[in-house]
Amino acid sequence: MKIKLVKYIVVIFFLFVISVFFIGLKKDSIYNTQGLVGQKLTEIRIDHFSEKKIINDEDLKKSKFTLINFWASWCGPCREEHSFLIKLNEEKNLRLIGVNFKDKKNNALKFLNELGNPYDDLAKDELGKHSIGFGIYGIPESILINNNLIIIKKFVGPLNENDLNLIKETINSK
Amino acid sequence: MKKLIILFYFLISTAVVSTEKNLVDINDVLKNLRCLVCQGQSVADSNSDFSQTIKLVVQDQINEGKTEKQIYKFLKEKYGDWIVYNPSFNMINSILWLFPYLVFLVGGALIFLLLKKRDYR
Repeated sequence: MKIKLVKYIVVIFFLFVISVFFIGLKKDSIYNTQGLVGQKLTEIRIDHFSEKKIINDEDLKKSKFTLINFWASWCGPCREEHSFLIKLNEEKNLRLIGVNFKDKKNNALKFLNELGNPYDDLAKDELGKHSIGFGIYGIPESILINNNLIIIKKFVGPLNENDLNLIKETINSK
Repeated sequence: MKKLIILFYFLISTAVVSTEKNLVDINDVLKNLRCLVCQGQSVADSNSDFSQTIKLVVQDQINEGKTEKQIYKFLKEKYGDWIVYNPSFNMINSILWLFPYLVFLVGGALIFLLLKKRDYR
C-alpha cells in the first residue's frame, strides 16, 4: 500500500515538473507591455516643446482619444511611421501628441519641416525621464488613451498600415 | 548626571538608526532591476540607453525621499513585474514561492515512509 502511495507521489511529481517545463518553454519570453493595457496614466507632466508650459493630465483629457507618440530625429523607424501619423492627423476624434525623445531641438524641427508636422501638440523629453512614466523602453512607441486616461492600446515599434486601421476602427467605433 | 548622559547617547543612537533606515542604496535598487532591452543584464550592469534613463529616475526618486519599496512599486506599475528580479507574491506566481516548501515536505514524507518501512523489516 505504502509502496503504491510512494509510486503515485513520484509519478505526480514528475508530471508536475514536465507540465511546468511545457508551459514555461511555450511561453513567449520576449518582454512586451501588453499588460499595461487597461491601466490609467497618472501624474503626467511633460515639458512643451517650444512654450514654457507643462502638458499634464488635464491636457490629455481634452479629446475623446489621444495618441501619444514618442519619436526623435535620430530614430530611423520614426521616419518610417511618419506618413501614418500624417494620415491619423485627419481623424477628428483623435488628438496627436508627439513627445520628442532625447533629441536636439534644431534636428527635431528640421525633421518636422522635411516630413511634415502631424502633431496637435508637441512635447519634449530631453533626458527621457518623463517617458518612464509612460512605460517607454525604446522608440518609436505610441500609446492610445481615452479621455479617462486609460491605455487602450500600446504600439511598440513603428506604426504600420494594420496599426493605422486598428486605431481608426477603435476611435470611430466607441 | 549619569542618567542625562545615558539619555543623550540613547537619543543619538536612535536618531542614527532611524536615518540609516531611510537611506536607500541606489546600487541595491539597480541590481534588482532588469534591463528590459538587454540579454540577462541588470540595470546596474548595463550601459544601454534604457538603463541610463532608469538610473536617473531611480536617483531622482531617492532624492525625493522615496523608499526602495515605493520605487519598485512605481516601476512595476509602468513595466510590470518583469522589471524586478525579485517577484512579488501573488496568485499567479504563488507556485514559484511555495514549490520549494512543497518539495521539502513531500521529500521529508517520502524519507519518513521509507525509513519506517525499513524499520518494519
